[in-house]
Amino acid sequence: MYFAKEVLEKCSDLRTQWEDEVRRLVNKKGERKEVFTTVSNHEIKRLYTPEDIADLDFERDIGFPAQFPFTRGNQATGYRGRLWTYRMFSGMGTAKDTNERWHMLLREGQTGLSTAFDFPTLMGYDTDSPKALGECGKCGVAIDTLEDFQVLVDKIPLDEVTTSMTINPPATVMWAMYCACAEQQGVPLDKIGGTIQNDMLKEFIAQKTFMLPPEPSIKLISDTVEFGAKYVPRWNTISISGYHIREAGSTAIQELAFTLRDGMAYVEDVMERKGLHPDEFAPRLSFFFNSHIDFFEELCKMRAARRIWAKVMRERYKAKNERSWWMRFHTQTAGCSLTAQQPYNNVVRTALEALSAVMGGTQSLHTNSLDEVWCLPTDHAVQIALRTQQIIAEETGVANTIDPLAGSYFVEKLTNEMEEQAWEYIEKIDSMGGMLAAIEQGYPQMEIADAAYKFQQQLESGERVMVGVNKYVTEEMEECPVLDIDEEVEQDQLRRLNEIKRKRDSKAVKRALDNVRAACKKGDNVMPPCIEAVKALATEQEICDVYREVYGQYQDPGLF
Amino acid sequence: MADKTLRILVAKPGLDGHDRGARILARAFRDAGFEVVYTGCHQTPEQIVNAALQEDVDCVGLSCLSGAHKVLFPRVVELLKEQGADDIVVVGGGIIPKQDMSYLRERGIQEIFTPGTPLEEIISWVRTHVTPRDEL
Repeated sequence: MYFAKEVLEKCSDLRTQWEDEVRRLVNKKGERKEVFTTVSNHEIKRLYTPEDIADLDFERDIGFPAQFPFTRGNQATGYRGRLWTYRMFSGMGTAKDTNERWHMLLREGQTGLSTAFDFPTLMGYDTDSPKALGECGKCGVAIDTLEDFQVLVDKIPLDEVTTSMTINPPATVMWAMYCACAEQQGVPLDKIGGTIQNDMLKEFIAQKTFMLPPEPSIKLISDTVEFGAKYVPRWNTISISGYHIREAGSTAIQELAFTLRDGMAYVEDVMERKGLHPDEFAPRLSFFFNSHIDFFEELCKMRAARRIWAKVMRERYKAKNERSWWMRFHTQTAGCSLTAQQPYNNVVRTALEALSAVMGGTQSLHTNSLDEVWCLPTDHAVQIALRTQQIIAEETGVANTIDPLAGSYFVEKLTNEMEEQAWEYIEKIDSMGGMLAAIEQGYPQMEIADAAYKFQQQLESGERVMVGVNKYVTEEMEECPVLDIDEEVEQDQLRRLNEIKRKRDSKAVKRALDNVRAACKKGDNVMPPCIEAVKALATEQEICDVYREVYGQYQDPGLF
Repeated sequence: MADKTLRILVAKPGLDGHDRGARILARAFRDAGFEVVYTGCHQTPEQIVNAALQEDVDCVGLSCLSGAHKVLFPRVVELLKEQGADDIVVVGGGIIPKQDMSYLRERGIQEIFTPGTPLEEIISWVRTHVTPRDEL
């Protein structure tokens, strides 16, 4: 019990009196709204008091940093020991353009890299595929072969900087290229660090970057987890992502629940398929959340996430190592909260969302640039976004103490509510037979679609406000400079790809691809032959085509 | 005849998976009483045109948020024309910078709806500008 019985009794008396007073006032003047809710339609009360957390047990529910259940963070010193990593997601045009942007960001004080690939690369197509028409370099960097990757990481010390790669169906291929580059730099695999997103479940649920059906998709993921556990121990082989679930329109609780249930599906698969104990791989599972505009809801979601995961890992999967209980996560401010209208307002939104993520104890953060509704960010816009993090970290003083909002009646109550409601979803998915079964039934997809539609209707009715969109609208369209990736990028990349295809040893490529095919058919780990194939200059698509041939392709069922 | 239900294909050309807008619009069209076909993500212009013909739609709504609209939207119009189906109204939406609007209009995309356009506005545009094909 968090409060003594007498305190609660006294509180109850005082609250009753106060509520009588408030009722009189409200009857006379009313409040701004009948019901106050978060951006996720979670109802928020007028006031929170000790009574709301009467059941809270300090040790069980809050405790200390670096102690179970890690509500207050994994690190004993919080941000006093080490700040979160400033990690700006970036990629544009060619590998050379992106490498230049990376060096610019590192000069400006960024502490980790994060790669945005273009759509053909994300989907396992080369630039010369008919599917890639018009897409080259548009939303990120185009990578076809190891030679592109070498340019991408040119003069980046792979033993010092950690790199995150947002890559899903072809994650094995991009990771293989990174490993091959490290080898060429003379850096052994056990010295490189970074993350591949490699989370296919959320693709089927939300982001829709898919290639293979769910089962073989999971098989490839478990291959990377196994390979990482054996040879690349500092690599996070999955970044279990709620970000995209939220961007697709989910509520905060759906994001929390679906992400954690996805994580559980991966743990189960690696245990069953690879026979590994959770302690052999769970410390390298990482997470990725969205920080949306509702300040308290987001930070409570993050506190609840750590607590649920710790319990799941210790109790459900019997992990013994404390690091297996840790939920380590990256956060990105919410792209979907940004507005095309009055784009400079996005700087303010992003700052508040970043602050919430810091209050929630994120380990790594990307802050969106003001122009990201329109285009890949310009140098100036990305600098403001990075400076936003630096100001929060180094000027505001919020990083001076750990989990500063703990103990707030409201924050603890909301954290508890989010945990409880997330468990309801998790148990529901358990009862459906697990996440794969739920996805096959379209369950998470339709829950998100319902939430997204509801939000849109609230926006249209004016019940939900977006400044500059449905309130405080200005007649003149305010514009910001837009970065244009011109069509020449595609021509350059095509020339490059053709030249590589001409000069490489095509017999060696064929042999290497045969080895990948054989591994797929036998059910062996694909990573070793994949690394050999990229070294032989097999293209990304050539390797992915082998996967498609062996495993088949997934088509969007088009639910709405 | 005026009551004949309009048939609309909502389609996402290209490789991006940002389907939140397309799916919301599909629902809104359905709620507005239209018959809606949604073909999901990652459709080529050829697949979209095939679906439009097979489903005998009166209007195709294209959604693209990857920046590839300048290549993909006009391609759909061209292919419809090749199939003798250029009476099907093609509209587009997504992240379309202002400077690309006239480029797309000149190539037969009849209206472009950018972020923040109320659903009601899109629905009423369709009601005003699209008529069932067999009435022509």
